[in-house]
Amino acid sequence: MKTLHKFHGGIHPPTHKTESTRTPIARLPMPAKLVIPFHQHVGNIAKPLVQVGDYVLKGQLIGLPEDGISSAIHASTSGTISEIGMQVVAHASGLPDLCATLIPDGKDEWIARETTDYRSATPEQVRKVLRMAGVVGLGGAVFPSDLKLRIGKHAIKTLVINGAECEPYITCDDMLMRERAEEIIKGAEIMRWALAAEEILIGIEDNKPEAILAMQIATRASSDNIQIIAVPTLYPGGGAKQLIRVLTGIEVAAGVRSTDKGVQCFNVATAQSIYRALQFGEPLVARIVTVTGNVKNAQNLEVLIGTPVGDLLSFAGALPDTDSSIMGGPMMGLPLPNSEVSIVKAANCIIASSPKLFPAAPPAMPCIRCTRCAEVCPAELQPQDLYWFAKAKDFGKAQEFNLFDCIECGACSYVCPSSIPLVQYYRFAKSEIWARESEKNASDAARERFEFREYRTEREKIEKAEKLAAKEKAAAAAKVEAAKTAAAQPIANAAVSAPQDDAQAKIQAAIEHAKQQAAAAKPKNTEQLTPQQQATIADIEARRARIQELAASDVAAPKE
Amino acid sequence: MSAFFSPFISKSDSVSAIMLRVMLALIPGIALYVWYFGPAILVSMTLASLTALTVEAAMLKIRHRPIAPFLKDNSALLTAWLIALSIPPLAPWWLVVVGTAFAIAIAKHLYGGLGNNPFNPAMIAYAVLIVSFPVQMTHWLAPLNMGGAELNFMQQLHYLLTGALPDGIKLDAVSMATPLDTLKTQLHLAHPVSEILTQPIFGSLAGHGSEMVALGFLIGGLYLLATRIISWHLPVAYLGSLFLIAGAFHLADPTHYATPVFHWFAGATMLGAFFILTDPVSSPTTHKGKLIFAAGAALLTYLIRVFGAFPDGMAFAVLLMNICVPLIDAYTRPKIFGNKEQQS
Repeated sequence: MKTLHKFHGGIHPPTHKTESTRTPIARLPMPAKLVIPFHQHVGNIAKPLVQVGDYVLKGQLIGLPEDGISSAIHASTSGTISEIGMQVVAHASGLPDLCATLIPDGKDEWIARETTDYRSATPEQVRKVLRMAGVVGLGGAVFPSDLKLRIGKHAIKTLVINGAECEPYITCDDMLMRERAEEIIKGAEIMRWALAAEEILIGIEDNKPEAILAMQIATRASSDNIQIIAVPTLYPGGGAKQLIRVLTGIEVAAGVRSTDKGVQCFNVATAQSIYRALQFGEPLVARIVTVTGNVKNAQNLEVLIGTPVGDLLSFAGALPDTDSSIMGGPMMGLPLPNSEVSIVKAANCIIASSPKLFPAAPPAMPCIRCTRCAEVCPAELQPQDLYWFAKAKDFGKAQEFNLFDCIECGACSYVCPSSIPLVQYYRFAKSEIWARESEKNASDAARERFEFREYRTEREKIEKAEKLAAKEKAAAAAKVEAAKTAAAQPIANAAVSAPQDDAQAKIQAAIEHAKQQAAAAKPKNTEQLTPQQQATIADIEARRARIQELAASDVAAPKE
Repeated sequence: MSAFFSPFISKSDSVSAIMLRVMLALIPGIALYVWYFGPAILVSMTLASLTALTVEAAMLKIRHRPIAPFLKDNSALLTAWLIALSIPPLAPWWLVVVGTAFAIAIAKHLYGGLGNNPFNPAMIAYAVLIVSFPVQMTHWLAPLNMGGAELNFMQQLHYLLTGALPDGIKLDAVSMATPLDTLKTQLHLAHPVSEILTQPIFGSLAGHGSEMVALGFLIGGLYLLATRIISWHLPVAYLGSLFLIAGAFHLADPTHYATPVFHWFAGATMLGAFFILTDPVSSPTTHKGKLIFAAGAALLTYLIRVFGAFPDGMAFAVLLMNICVPLIDAYTRPKIFGNKEQQS
């Protein structure tokens, strides 16, 4: 029996999981159209490879991963591309993004697929296959998996597979573990091989006994050093940092990579996709989605990427008073702008929402410093202080009080007796800080450009004068030493070329100076951010841009 | 849209419900109060409640704040009850009114209302009254069934409103000094503690009657701990520190210093430990901070009680420690996740 560790705080919200685990995973009928965004992962948007009118097969590459952090996008079924353009997507910003609309031909015909035997391949080759198969983290973070399988400076001792699934309502990982445990284990074995990790720890919350049993049976056939561990049901125990803490006792601070501590963590569904990608050559074109909440038949569905959310809701029988839907769980989920948006790789759950199911919070009362928020905060922050600073727009203080360690799990808001939307305040503060920093960077750049221009003008003046002097000198020399013309020439040349070298050195110095200033201007709390955090920054900036857009339209409206 | 952002769910435990439960926890103490001293306390509680609600509504109106949600939060009522329980029930009716009005208008609303007052409003009321009306603040009721003159409820009510006692009964006959006050006065007369405590106003733990009321507050406090309305840090650190300090003095010189148990059950100790110190608004937020705050309050309570000029030290101890709260919070911020040990 493995000794488990505890993380601070946590809450026990009603789980509402049994509603959607009564029936096996079903397949959603073929939708009439699929809207496939080219940006479903953390990092750079994939480069579209198709044009309107193209016929594509299921699994055909339609979006090529760009350099750096990026991932591939595929056609989820066979059919014709009818449109490529901006559409509203399931994303926190609510902004439209580039999507391909695919009209299925109903044949669901696969492209030619090939198996990769990882044992006879190099880890590099395996990572390339995964990158081109569009495999990303399916727990919600959608970080490209191939990048997480690179071995960095530190050796990986422990591979943590996350089957905790702590958010209420969501059961897609639970059902996947019950029904496809072997594929998960095989995927985990591939990851262990790629990372050269010693042990595999699979953490599952103890409210999923069926999944635990299925996974235990599946591990019997597997090699040693793989453990299925029941962890206490406690939200947010499925957060990567919390699960790593519970299983290994290691605390990964904000801004630190878990790999620096010898641990890497993947979601169970990601493990399964990795196995499918290598064994069957199947790119990530479908995922398991829980459809629950205000529906008649809550269940788990295998859904093609790009399927409109509305298709899932009507299949599950959304009740008449459904007025909106949420992607993800009730603690950290994203309210969807409408039911036209499509299922993306990050979509683990769709909750049909009604005013009765999720009533609006009562008006917020003042904070009475009761510190119930601090008692439940898994990051061990002082949420009541962060709230105070965010409200007062004292962002420096908020950063000093580790605002950026907040994982936005929502436990503080959940317990707040004054019904203060605490997480919203932290999101606001974070986005303001990032916005100010990018503004500051922009103004720094402008100032440097200006200073450099001033400097250049000055330098040019001096050079002109020097050149003039040199010219005069040369002319005088030519005049006086008319007889020695041949000998005088090189001296003049040397006199002209010397200031040129000097100017280049000065430019170099100015560039160096500018670089140093730029480095010095970097904020202390956002230094060395992980790619995930950088992506969050991008998300928030997009959100902020939308807010500004809305604000601008509000201001503009009365003028018309 | 039913909600705009996550989390979409919450645990329904409102400020109003929390305050109400604290008020419920006061009931055992209040019941014993009525049993031992008669129902006069209920009159002053009613007066305080009416004053608190009126002044709260008026201040909210002046400050252009919504009235209904704040009146319903029960915080003003709780303050009113604590004020009534802190001052003598036989004091003239306007004393409790003035104290409560001052607490709500000045100590609470002038600082920004609920959640923003740096000082405990009930203790501000007590401090203002004891400084301004020291004589009226000594009109504590003598316990019933002690063989002396007694007032029935109508007589108590009549006296509170008009200041007139029934013929033949003098105020001295129905009121008395508190056990803490008596102890202090008698010690000045060079009587040893053991001899003083044999007087009839003393009971088996501290004061006759008042010790039982303190026990009632202890029971209510344990209920608050059990239901996790309050954390253990403040009451345990307060009672523990007071016990240690009083114990040290008592061991050193038992003829001049009463036992720690006496200090636990005399005066406002139990009320303070569970209901006054634990006011979240004016106490520290960190665990370590709470321990420091409560220990400091215990030390000051003891020093003021034993060496100071006032009969009890609770109020001033709490107010003095309230001043230190921002400093305590700033220096006791706990280490966060992942930063507890030096990162390698």
